[in-house]
Amino acid sequence: MSTVVPDRSSVSAGERTGASDGRAPGTFAVVRALLRKELLVELRTLESVPAMSLFSVTTFVVFHFALNRNSVDGDLAAGILWVTLLLAAILGVNRLFVADAEEGGFDGFLLAPVDRSAMLLAKALALLAYLLVLELVAVPAFGLLLLGPSLGQALPVLLGVLALGDLGIAAIGTLVAALAVRTRARDLLGPLLALPLLVPIAIGGARASSPLLALTHPGAPAARWLLTLGLYDLVFGLIAYALFDFLLED
Amino acid sequence: MAALQLEGLARHYGEREALSGVSLTLKEGQTLVVFGPNGAGKSTLLRVLATLLRPHAGSVSVLGRRLPQESWAVRGRIGLLGHEPLLYRELTARENLRFHARLHGVAAARVEEVLELVRMRGRAAEPIRTLSRGMVQRVAIARAVLHDPQLLLLDEPRANLDPAAIELVDPLIGAGSRRTRVICSHDPGGGLAEADLVLGLRAGRPALLRAAAEVTGTEIAELYR
Repeated sequence: MSTVVPDRSSVSAGERTGASDGRAPGTFAVVRALLRKELLVELRTLESVPAMSLFSVTTFVVFHFALNRNSVDGDLAAGILWVTLLLAAILGVNRLFVADAEEGGFDGFLLAPVDRSAMLLAKALALLAYLLVLELVAVPAFGLLLLGPSLGQALPVLLGVLALGDLGIAAIGTLVAALAVRTRARDLLGPLLALPLLVPIAIGGARASSPLLALTHPGAPAARWLLTLGLYDLVFGLIAYALFDFLLED
Repeated sequence: MAALQLEGLARHYGEREALSGVSLTLKEGQTLVVFGPNGAGKSTLLRVLATLLRPHAGSVSVLGRRLPQESWAVRGRIGLLGHEPLLYRELTARENLRFHARLHGVAAARVEEVLELVRMRGRAAEPIRTLSRGMVQRVAIARAVLHDPQLLLLDEPRANLDPAAIELVDPLIGAGSRRTRVICSHDPGGGLAEADLVLGLRAGRPALLRAAAEVTGTEIAELYR
């Protein structure tokens, strides 16, 4: 069944030019707009960062009692720190796209004439910001509650190792969150997909941090673990970039 | 020039057929009104035209561009007003509109202009979650026309609006807007009054497709039986 009705309109082709004068905004302007919106929503709702921070501190307390030790160092300390940070990060990953899925943010974004990868970059940057705030709380708390040796000397290098890990968590977390959010079992699927992919970051991060947290003769992290973290970040950054467009598509 | 050209459009969700065999042509500046009971495929049709859903069969051309191959070329020229307002509940009306303005490359002055047009400047600093449904609908209309789209896709656009608000938004989304429009409606009288072309859907299939002047209210009512 097909039909055409007589033209009753006086509007000619191209008469409506659009308020945006036909120019699509640049990718960085869009990333800035998305990131600003992301941080504003988090500041108003306080749904992710406080939960992540509180979770990390609570986990340190649980470890303190479960291990029945007043202090830890070396491999054990590094393992506890990284596992706690990864699990806390999962809380943020799970919430990353929830407002967009529930309040139509995806549709609003997809209707705009913009580069889709801007959303990947903005979400990854937002998650990175959440992780940095988490670590501002978690690392001193770890130093106070569990760590034997003083954090003082190790801190600058430890922060560098954490930053390398954060890049990977942000790339993997954003990819997994975008994949899970459109499913009915998103709260389950997010952690199930993210944790196996984050294991290499836990291994690399813990191995690189371990010498920094040793009680006696603290040393520098082995270059091979830093390289492993860096390469993993790069590989998953590229995978996320390549796949993200398809995840947003119908 | 045809603003919409559909030939055998079909779309399904898994096994369920949501749209099938929809063919029509709508010229620029004209209005297509779509009637049909709940689940007839009206919202699916809007989402396909908005480039948010891919057609599974048939050909779809919107504003002279084929979908989904040239979707990128029509995004930004479409204004969608669906069941969801596409507004973040925690952000204010102004923050939401500024966000959409940035995505569409629209100047901030235009945000104030559309807020004024829907008489929401006085409440623009309040979060969306605190506004009444009618006010949210007015902000959603402002969002849909913010970038001055050529094609408006409207799903029951006057829902939740009082008579004064309906009059207020008419220049933006009514016949006076002089835009090409696709409107989903359940109101035979109002819908027929602003239609050039009427499409009646039943279970995803076209049950009625004719120029509005040739359609009676009884035929529309028949779609819902």
